This record gives sequence, C-alpha cells and structure tokens, in this order.
Amino acid sequence: MNRLLKSRELWLALAILAVIVLVTLRFPRFSQPANLLTIFNDTSILMMLALGQMAVILTRSIDLSMASNLALTGMIVALTNAAFPFVPVPLLIAGCVVVGAALGAFNGVLVWKLNIPPIVVTLGTLTIFRGLAFVASGGTWVNASQMSADFIQLQRGMFLGLPILSWFAIVVALLVYVLMTRTPWGRAFYAIGVNPVAAVYTGIDVGRTKFLAFVLSGALSGLAGYLYVSKYVIASTESAGGYELTVVAACVIGGVSIAGGIGTVGGAILGALFLGVVNNALPVIGVSPFWQMAISGAAILLAVVLNASSERSKGRIILKKAEVAA
Amino acid sequence: MSDTTVTARQLPDRLDNPLKSAVLSWESLLVLVALGIFLANSFASPYFLNAWSLSDLTFNFTEKGLIALAMALVIITGEIDLSVASIIALASTLMGLALQYGADTPTLVAVGVGVGVLCGAFNGFLVTGLKLPSIVVTIGTMSLFRGVAFIILGDQSFKGYPKEFSWFGQGYVGWVISFELVLFLVAAVIFYVLLHRTVFGRQVFAIGNNATAARFSGVRVDRIKFVLFCLTGLMSGIAAVLLTARLGSTRPSIAEGFELDVVTMVVLGGVSILGGAGSIIGVVLAALIIGLVTFGLGLLNVPGIVMTIFTGSLLIVVIALPILWKMWKERRA
Repeated sequence: MNRLLKSRELWLALAILAVIVLVTLRFPRFSQPANLLTIFNDTSILMMLALGQMAVILTRSIDLSMASNLALTGMIVALTNAAFPFVPVPLLIAGCVVVGAALGAFNGVLVWKLNIPPIVVTLGTLTIFRGLAFVASGGTWVNASQMSADFIQLQRGMFLGLPILSWFAIVVALLVYVLMTRTPWGRAFYAIGVNPVAAVYTGIDVGRTKFLAFVLSGALSGLAGYLYVSKYVIASTESAGGYELTVVAACVIGGVSIAGGIGTVGGAILGALFLGVVNNALPVIGVSPFWQMAISGAAILLAVVLNASSERSKGRIILKKAEVAA
Repeated sequence: MSDTTVTARQLPDRLDNPLKSAVLSWESLLVLVALGIFLANSFASPYFLNAWSLSDLTFNFTEKGLIALAMALVIITGEIDLSVASIIALASTLMGLALQYGADTPTLVAVGVGVGVLCGAFNGFLVTGLKLPSIVVTIGTMSLFRGVAFIILGDQSFKGYPKEFSWFGQGYVGWVISFELVLFLVAAVIFYVLLHRTVFGRQVFAIGNNATAARFSGVRVDRIKFVLFCLTGLMSGIAAVLLTARLGSTRPSIAEGFELDVVTMVVLGGVSILGGAGSIIGVVLAALIIGLVTFGLGLLNVPGIVMTIFTGSLLIVVIALPILWKMWKERRA
C-alpha cells in the first residue's frame, strides 16, 4: 500500500482523472466514453514514440531524431504508396519499421562504435533526416488524393470498438512491457542506466545495448511514420515538427529519469496521455490553444521537480556498522 | 650505462612542440574546413566574392554566435541550455508589448536584455537551487517561455519598431561592417579573455572536469553555474534585440530552432558535450563555418531545409573523423 502511494503512475493517473473531472463539471460531454476514446486514439502515436524514447533514456542516452525519423519514413511510405498503390499496406508498414530501425541503427552505430555522445549524434540526424524527407519529396506534399484507400483506411478500421490505431499503441505497449520486464534485453537497459560499470561486470555490452535501444526507438518512429501520415492524410516535410521534445516531455512527466535507469511503460504511457488530455481539454473549456505550449512547459518543470525529490530518497545504507561508525 | 629499468612515470624531456600541437589542433582543422568552404563558395557562385555579399553573410551567424559564446561556457561546465531560442521569443514579445505602451528605444533594449537575464536566472535557479538536470529544465522552460509569448501574441505580430531601434539589426558601423558583426567580435574577445585568461575561466573548466573535486578545492560550483545561465540569458536577450531590430517585427515563432543551431556551433567548435574542454576560438570559427555553409548554399538557391542536411552532416563528420583517425592509428600501432 505504501509503495502504491509512492508510485508515480498512481499520482499521474489521479492527475489525469482530476483534469477530466474538472472539465466534465463544466462540460459533461467531455467525459463521454466516445470522447475519451478519441483522446486515447489521438495520443496513440505519442505513446508509441514515448515508449521508444524511454528505452533510450533508460540507457542514459537521448534520441532527438525520432520526429525527423517519423517525417522521413512517413514521407518514404507515402511516396511508395503513391507510386505503387498495389503494394499491400501491411507490407508497407513492415517496410516502415525496417526503414525506421535502419535510421535508428545509424544513430546507434555512431554511439556504439565511435562513442559520440547521443545528444550530438541525434542532434545531427535530427536535421539530416528531416532534410532528406524534403529531398525525397522535392519539397511537395503527398496528399489524400495520391494515397490508396487501403493506406488511409487501415488504421481507421474498428476492432472490438477501438480503432486499429489504438490497437497498434496497445500491442506496442504490451510488447515493450514484456521486453522491459521479462527479457534480459530489457533488464540490460535498466542495468546500464543504473550503473554502467556494474553492468559491464555482469557481462552486459553497454555499447551494444545502447545500439539496441536506438534500433527500438527507430523502429517505433518508423511505425509511427506510417500511422502519422495515414492519420492526418498528408505527408509533408514538417510532419510532427517539434515532436522531438514533446516525446521527451511525455517521458519526463511519466517519471522516466533523464539520468537513466528509472522509468516504466505505464509511466511513459500516462505521461503521453496527460499531454493528450490537457491538449484536448483546453479548447473545450474555451482556453485558447495558444496556452498549450506554456502549460506543457509548466507540466514538465513540475514533473521534473517531483522526479528529483522521489529520486533523492533512493539512497540506502547497506552496511549498518558503517552507519554506526560514521 | 645507467640502470635501464624504466619507471612507470617518465617526464618528457621537453613538452610537445607548441608549433606542432597548434598545427594539429582542432582549431586548425576548423580553419581548413572554413577555407575549403570559402574556396568552394567562390568557385560555385560568381556573386560570392563581393564585399556586400560577404557582409550579408555575417548576419547568418552573428545572433546565434553571440549566444554560442555563452553556451560554450555552460556546456564546458557539463550543463546545457536548450531554452535560448524561447528566451529570444519571450524577450522579443515583451519588447513588442513595451512598444505598444510607447516605450522608446533605450527602454526597448533594456526590456529585451532584462527579460533575457531574468529568464536565464530562472533556469539557473532551477538547475542550481533545486538541483535539477539542466537538459530537462531547459526543455521545460523552452516550452514555457515560448508558450508565454504565444499567450501574449497568439497569431498576431508586433510591428512598427522605431527607426533608431532598427539600427541595432540593420545599421553599419562603417562601410560594410555591420553593428552586429562588431558586437559579435567584441563579445568574442571578452569571452576569450573570460574563459582563457581569468580565474573564473579556469574554474569553469575545473567544474566541467570534476565538479566534486572543484567543490572541494573551493570553487563555488553552483554560483558559477548560476552566473553562466544568467550570462546565456543575457546573450539571448541581446540576440533578441538584434534579431527583432533586423526583422522589424515580432511573432511568437521567432528564432524557432535556434537552440539546436547554437548547440551545433558550440560542439562543432570543439567544446566537449561532456564538459571540461573547449575554446572560444573554436566556437567563433564554427560560427563562421555555419555562416559560410548556409550563405553559400543560399546563393546556389538551395532551400533552407536542405542546408540543414549539410550542417547536420558537418556536425557528425567533423566529430567522427578525428575518432576514426585515432582508431585507425591505434589499429596500425
């Protein structure tokens, strides 16, 4: 019970609930299931990106190139679809994941083999990937009329009352959850985040593990690339502009420690949902959408203050004798 | 012959030849890169080698370069400030607001610079007072500062800055030498002295190499970091004055993406993103290189977004090459 009270996920869930309740008091229709499901669906892409970012941040790295990766793979898949409408969409989605993973692997290799700090690498690829999206499209947009019906409709299909897009997020969340908690891979992410030196002594290859985290975040960015393009039915160079930091924000709000080693799948999802709910609530209560940015900024600062105070109490005295002696 | 047992620690007979180490330094690599790009530009476009073209070129990096000077110090201490572009947006917006209340030019400048310092102090307080990681804090204030600018301005813009005010961004001190360029060069000299010739500068390096050791040797780590965040805010405020004066209008989206360009300049300039190493000369050269690349590509009608491929690749290649070179040498040895 004590642990539950201290859990970040619980408080975040309560905060989200509080926002929903407050808005509902004025606008009862806000909390109708249909609207809540729409919010969930609208936040799905951010959730998947946040999960990828979390894996990277756990290893004491950061991936600033996710949004650009999304824009590039989104553009590539949209162009492919426009040029070869007969290629089945599931194949295109698989292609997106592969392309995204390859872009992530590029980041990962530079971090792993050349030891360049991740923030420098992804700062570079952030501009490179988005620039390539422009080159690939020649600066034009791919719009609805050029996309095949399947391409647009696949993620809008309903299954058990939820759009396929939401199912994508749910399945990805489950897979990442299993990966993080039930596989050596996932545990290695945490291990090198908590203590890289100790991780080496337990036989974990730190560089390789970071590489895998970047491949994961790349693959999820690639998947998000297709979903983003087909959701908004447009592929442009500016797809998901500014998202690179929103994704980091979702993680931080979700309690993922930027210092590495701390973070949960539930936290990252709730962090993304919090941003989604707030952004959805603002227009409803008549606050200008121009407030959105300042509010998410304030939320990040509040979250990081809370993160810091919960992380600081982590220290534990292992040797009782030493304590007495001191 | 004397005993040949070699002790583990040998003092070299002489230090590395200073000339040799200067030739092999990061700065000389940057000079070569800059010269190469300069030559390539001269061949690629007939409009490049012209006093006014070269003068226009400087506007490509002066504002960002001013911030990069202060950012270099912040990064050397192992911190980072991603909110600089948003500080520009907020400072510019509040200048515009002051203008609506009939502020004159000196007041406008004071507002811009003052807002910059206050924003920097806010970052500094969060990082040193509350002991929060600067990368997250400044991602937060990045949204917050620009967010406030959006709240004030929405989709509107402020225009109608007085003529004397425009001089800061459009004026020339003499012939083709702009005020912005002079200010940048003066600031570069000041920052050079501050970082490389003062106790304060040595303390900045000490913090970056080992903050705990620095603290135990009596360096007031938190105070210095706080001052550096204020300094970065100050430079962002000054950049806001220049940019607003140059553009003649304020939108909340002003200077969007500047933060990454500034960090690119600093890292390209040889400042270690892990802290503890770097030089102002390198940062100035890197600012020049970025200016040369973007201006040269602009003359060739390359769209801005494609230019970012070049700057991004430049960043990675320039950092990766020495590492690859070292790995190759080690493999041969």
